[in-house]
Amino acid sequence: MASFLMAMSLIGCQSKPAEDSPQTEKQPTLTEDLSELSVYNLPAKWTNQDGQEMELKDLQGNIVVVAMIYTSCQAACPRLVADMRHIEKTVASKNKANIKYLLVSIDPKVDTPERLKAFAKENEMDGPQWLFLRSDEESTREFAATLAVNYKQISPIDFSHSNIISLFNGAGELVYQQEGLGVDYSPTIQAIEKEANNL
Amino acid sequence: MKTTIYTLSCLFFMLLGNLSLHGQDMVQIKKGSYIPLYGSADKKPVQVAAFQLDIYPVTNQDFLDFLKKNPAYRKSTIKRIFADKSYLGYWKGDLDFGAANPKAPVTQVSWFAAKKYCESKGKRLPSMDEWEYAAMADAKQLDARKKESYNQYILRWYETSKTFNNPVGSTFKNVWGVYDMHGLVWEWTADFNSIFLSGESRKDKGEDSNLFCGGASVNASDLMNYAAFMRYAFRGSMKANYSSRNLGFRCAR
Repeated sequence: MASFLMAMSLIGCQSKPAEDSPQTEKQPTLTEDLSELSVYNLPAKWTNQDGQEMELKDLQGNIVVVAMIYTSCQAACPRLVADMRHIEKTVASKNKANIKYLLVSIDPKVDTPERLKAFAKENEMDGPQWLFLRSDEESTREFAATLAVNYKQISPIDFSHSNIISLFNGAGELVYQQEGLGVDYSPTIQAIEKEANNL
Repeated sequence: MKTTIYTLSCLFFMLLGNLSLHGQDMVQIKKGSYIPLYGSADKKPVQVAAFQLDIYPVTNQDFLDFLKKNPAYRKSTIKRIFADKSYLGYWKGDLDFGAANPKAPVTQVSWFAAKKYCESKGKRLPSMDEWEYAAMADAKQLDARKKESYNQYILRWYETSKTFNNPVGSTFKNVWGVYDMHGLVWEWTADFNSIFLSGESRKDKGEDSNLFCGGASVNASDLMNYAAFMRYAFRGSMKANYSSRNLGFRCAR
């Protein structure tokens, strides 16, 4: 072990002069044309309600409206879900096909794709505009941190969480957020329509 | 001349390598339960599984070594979604921490960068419960939170400025063998964004200073709660791409 580390530090030293060369500055090509503020910079893998694996950047080019929920939630989520449905029904745009409504589970252990699918059906959110995603706990925490959504498991079945609806433009940049339940959603709807018309 | 410096710096890094060789850099924290001062609505004990924790916060030198291998996290290249403009604000360049002490904790690091650093070492950020659990120990007992002297120590530190300039290991070693949980810098935790100090509304959270001064003086009644409240309030005020001159991190496994 000791000699291994010695060897490592020697290698480190030998390669040191190369560190200032521009080659090491190379960015990963995948994210090269993404905006610095794009949520599509997040590398996490997700699974949708149909059990298909995807990355957030698969949504590139769409307007994405996001809320974070968990399906066993009795308190705030039904309201948040109803608000999403209301927004989806109200938004008018010639680019409606490119507006996706995304519900991300903060309870990936319980919210399997099957459960998300059943939840989508029960709540009449089964059309192609609706997307339900789950990932592992770490990626979920990261996604929430990016949205400034806070959540905490407070019992085996319950979470506290921020009720925030976020809007991403076609490049994956966060352009609008509305917090609260049952608030006046007309500013959110206007923001969605405006972004959709920019597509 | 250049060769001399080069040889010297090689020797220096070899010495560093040897240091971490002889002394391990993590200690085992045994499993247990504790009642967090904030964040457990029903005041029930929270179980903490056994884990390993870095003995020291990550230093400027450690972070420089990480940046050499991870160009995407340098101050000129990091994407704004991962770190705002204040990221590594006191660094003079991408690979230059300027006049800062190499052995002082690195600060002004975003949560994303701290997380990535730990991952690059095969580690992770500690959870808030892990951090608080390890940090309630003083030099003599595992839970010193009710000791007046322990709380006075923490609160005196809160009032001391620029402790981020001190080298790691300059505060007390707790029973677990961990240094600097209090007295040097605040530290990121994996789930910093799980705080609901004032309901669920972000509208209740103002600027850092509002929370610090207004919130704390109104709600916290005794020393113990006050000290913890400050930490939780600080976490609650942060966003993942923010950074602060008195906020560093260490890793767990």
